[in-house]
Amino acid sequence: MQVPAPVEYERALSVEEAIALLVKHGSESRLIAGGHSLLPMMKLRLARPEVVIDINPLAGALSYVRREGDELAIGAMTRHADLLASALVSEHAPIIAEAERVIADPVVRNRGTVGGSLCQADPAEDLSAVFAALGATVRIRGPRGERSVDIDSFHTGPYTTVVEPDEILTEVRVRIHPGASSAYEKVERRVGDWAIAAAGAMLQVSGAAITSARIGLAAVGAEAFRAPRAEALLSGKEGSPELFAAAGAEAGRECNPHSDQRGPEDYKRHLVSVLTERALSRAYARASGGAAR
Amino acid sequence: MTTVEEGKAHVGFGRMLRKEDARFLRGKGNYVDDIRLPGMLHGAILRSPHAHARIRSIDTSAAEAHPKVKAVVTGATLETLNLAWIPSLSHDVVAVLATDKVRFQGQEVAFVVAEDRYSARDALELIDVDYEVLPPVVDAKRALDPDAPVIRDDIEGKKDNYIFDWEAGDKAVCDDVFAKADVVVSQEMLYPRVHPAPMETCGAVAWMDPIDQKLTIWSTTQAPHAHRTLYALVAGLPEHKLRVISPDIGGGFGNKVGIYPGYVLAIVGSILTKAPVKWMEDRSENLMSTSFARDYHMRGEIAATREGKILGVRVDVLADHGAFNNTAQPTKYPAGFFHVFTGSYDLAAAHCHVRGVYTNKAPGGVAYACSFRVTEAVYLVERMVDRLAQELGVDPAELRMKNLLRPDQFPHVTPTGWEYDSGEYPRALQLAMDIAGYDELRREQAEKRARGELMGIGISFFTETVGAGPKRHMDILGLGMADGCEVRVHPTGKAVVRLSVQTQGQGHETTFAQIVSEVTGIPAEDVEVVHGDTDNTPFGLGTYGSRSTPVSGAAAAVASRRIVDKARIIAAAMLECAPEDLEWDRGSFHVKGDPGTSKTIQEVALAAHGPMDLPDGVEGHLDATCVYDPPNLTYPFGAYICVVDVDPGTGKVAVRRFIAVDDCGPRINPMIVEGQVHGGLADGVGMALMEAIAFDEDGNNLGASFMDYLIPTSLECPSWETGETVTPSPHHPLGLKGVGESATVGSPPAVVNAVIDALAPFGVKHADMPLTPAQVWRAMHGNPMRTDLAIQ
Ligand SMILES: Cc1cc2nc3c(=O)[nH]c(=O)nc-3n(C[C@H](O)[C@H](O)[C@H](O)COP(=O)(O)OP(=O)(O)OC[C@H]3O[C@@H](n4cnc5c(N)ncnc54)[C@H](O)[C@@H]3O)c2cc1C
Repeated sequence: MQVPAPVEYERALSVEEAIALLVKHGSESRLIAGGHSLLPMMKLRLARPEVVIDINPLAGALSYVRREGDELAIGAMTRHADLLASALVSEHAPIIAEAERVIADPVVRNRGTVGGSLCQADPAEDLSAVFAALGATVRIRGPRGERSVDIDSFHTGPYTTVVEPDEILTEVRVRIHPGASSAYEKVERRVGDWAIAAAGAMLQVSGAAITSARIGLAAVGAEAFRAPRAEALLSGKEGSPELFAAAGAEAGRECNPHSDQRGPEDYKRHLVSVLTERALSRAYARASGGAAR
Repeated sequence: MTTVEEGKAHVGFGRMLRKEDARFLRGKGNYVDDIRLPGMLHGAILRSPHAHARIRSIDTSAAEAHPKVKAVVTGATLETLNLAWIPSLSHDVVAVLATDKVRFQGQEVAFVVAEDRYSARDALELIDVDYEVLPPVVDAKRALDPDAPVIRDDIEGKKDNYIFDWEAGDKAVCDDVFAKADVVVSQEMLYPRVHPAPMETCGAVAWMDPIDQKLTIWSTTQAPHAHRTLYALVAGLPEHKLRVISPDIGGGFGNKVGIYPGYVLAIVGSILTKAPVKWMEDRSENLMSTSFARDYHMRGEIAATREGKILGVRVDVLADHGAFNNTAQPTKYPAGFFHVFTGSYDLAAAHCHVRGVYTNKAPGGVAYACSFRVTEAVYLVERMVDRLAQELGVDPAELRMKNLLRPDQFPHVTPTGWEYDSGEYPRALQLAMDIAGYDELRREQAEKRARGELMGIGISFFTETVGAGPKRHMDILGLGMADGCEVRVHPTGKAVVRLSVQTQGQGHETTFAQIVSEVTGIPAEDVEVVHGDTDNTPFGLGTYGSRSTPVSGAAAAVASRRIVDKARIIAAAMLECAPEDLEWDRGSFHVKGDPGTSKTIQEVALAAHGPMDLPDGVEGHLDATCVYDPPNLTYPFGAYICVVDVDPGTGKVAVRRFIAVDDCGPRINPMIVEGQVHGGLADGVGMALMEAIAFDEDGNNLGASFMDYLIPTSLECPSWETGETVTPSPHHPLGLKGVGESATVGSPPAVVNAVIDALAPFGVKHADMPLTPAQVWRAMHGNPMRTDLAIQ
């Protein structure tokens, strides 16, 4: 069945109005941003909201990439395509640009938003792994006011987050660390497909030593999209191919992938180790000022 | 490559822009879903969520109470009309709506007709079906187990899931050759279930006019005439009161040959509601329920001398036909043309044994540009030849060159009885190797291997078998495969050609105009092509199996020659000379030795319609017809070379180059031929690397959307390098052989051979398609997966 069930449509012209509409229509209402996750689910009748609240009119207010002090602020309505085109993003968080290049296809990227991607919370969502690696903070507003949530406690499970039904995600913030860089690696069955597995890395380097390491994994059931044991191997060490291979192997062991038509579990673990290793070496080369591999 | 010149009249063969593109590029095509009739209602089908279940009861009362619902049809309704089951195209029956059991996930269970499409869908959810779920048969290899659930208990006395057992070739001779051979290599392989997935899904609009009792059906059909006659035969409707219109078709690939339950239901819906009814399936319905392709589990063996002379090939096949035997193919052979699996080689013996089985999956098997299972045959033999090369440690190009049929061996009768019409095989392979720079590629590969990089070079040489077919061997439910054509030249010298075949993207509106133009000299721009409407075209069986050019193209050529023959007599009368004294200079006649005294075909056309006294026995006007019964099939061929790079860490395959040399005889329009080849090559990359429909243990279809069933994009395809040789068919009036399916047939083994070649350092001998990153990595570790089942 690829025809949605009957649904009412509302349009929010401000964040306040979006929240008011969510409160008014209750838990059977859903915000719609790019619609690239919600509409397919509605067509399959896996999602049957009674009301959709269109927040595209907020694109003016909530679509931006700005540098604010030592942070990058990204508005929730920023489209994938805007992230991909942003010079600020490429400069300070190459992991985002690299991920965006392999998220879906141009049609999806032209509409899909940062907020929608994070709130959809698909276990294979690339931006979840990216922001986990970057240690981002997420801003959420609702009838009870505004709050900031650390990315590590944002997801509460597959397809669920701390965003309440009457709340709206407004912004994602990423700290710009001196001496840090990042990279993203993904293997998909075909361009535009979701990841079989993907790995991102952010390394902060001082001299040759790694002072801080974060790894983000997508599509492999990693808790909070992270690989904490692999990260622990890296901290304080000097970067080397052997170290990155060991960290990759650890990430492959500690994640929790399931077999599906994208691949069997053993392959996904192997892929995580290879991709983690590659992301780490590239992030390291960038952070230490060397050329990327 | 010559470019297409604009604004110039085109006479005969050569590059010209496609006439149909003027409307397609402007978005002005007219597809079935574009048909809107006054008072039209909309139908939707309720489908089974289970692969195998008994239907205890169906309660439609809530759906009937929906304010916008006009009718609800179930199997019980159809039983009263004697339409619950209809004959399949392969000596079986197919359920239109399930009455006793559902036999595959997605099978049709009920039909709702409502005022609009949304209400029809909403009402489906109001139908309550009580199912008793039964264990399904998912693994074809278990279908014949003694304790396997019996799927077809509707067939009286049926105690197993066996459909047919069939052999070709002389087993004794073949066994003898194998017993004496120095080397025998065997290999199990699966050609997985794939789906043609045309961009336009299937659908129909049916309108039974209650006043004149004429039923018009606009439907997505590749064979409008065959459909009309089948409707007449099955439903007892008078054929003159039936009109099937196949408007613009958004891709067929064999998916739109058969009659689907939805078409019959649209007709029943129109009869019940006395209004036009449209039914259009969605993507998942198309992928889950309409004709899939392949699903052949094969065990091949090849025998050779130590020096590499191939002696024989034999193969044992387990063919998964799904829940009903409904392969859309016209031959008397249950495995279609599979027994051309001897390929392009000079063999002493060959033998095949094919068993067909029922499983709880959608029916079909013959689709996706397969030329009635030549796809499976070519894949088998080309993989076996590569396996032999590997075993003997010889270069696969050299092994092929040594064993290809030589030009002096044509016409060639194969050990399984096919008569190949013409071929210059070594020339085509050599050309492909030259374009590829084969020796240089092998040098590069050796260097890369030394560095641990994985590069592979794969070759495939195929012989296609198309143009079905001679009436004495082939028919569809008693309808012979001859096709009619009418050419009429109007008084002003413009012409119309009416065809039984129907284009689905192949460019018939251009190429058939060019055929008429080639023979008559009338510019192709001045020839209108009419097709796809049974009231306005002569009878014939339609477009599939690459048969349009070999069969209808021949009919058009012969009819056009008859025009020229008649024009000669009239021109002679006009010039007051004998017909033999005239010289034909494509487009005009002149008196021999006197080029100044001439009449153009346009002048003759006007005279043929004018007051002039025509010679005795010559009627006025300038038209001709032909019904063409092909004397033999045609055998296009080609040599393909694929170059891949494999990431040793991730197993991901990148197709770097693809060289395709095709020989389809003379090319009517080289641009269109190249387009057909490009599309087929993309198909081949798709099948080899990503396409497959697997089923989980409950019989759930795991390829039921474009998120799950992947088709390739331009980013997976290299810039195709095409080449040609020209070997005319001796029996076609213009030497044409057909090309529609060549690349789909020929390319998958080239890609697979390339990937397996890349993995040679790991000792890999084979892995089944699709060669996804996971499958390649598993193959590298000696543990490739079955690709017909859920990945565990
Ligand atoms: C063909 C295809 C391929 C894809 N491939 C990939 C891929 O490779 N990698 C990948 O990571 N993603 C992929 N995606 C997913 C795509 O990136 C996301 O679907 C999409 O960008 C989600 O954003 P959206 O704006 O479309 O969300 P919507 O569909 O509009 O919304 C998704 C959910 O988020 C909620 N929501 C949206 N915005 C907010 C907000 N500001 N606050 C609170 N809740 C909100 C909605 O209510 C809804 O529940 C693919 C999608 C498609 C259709």
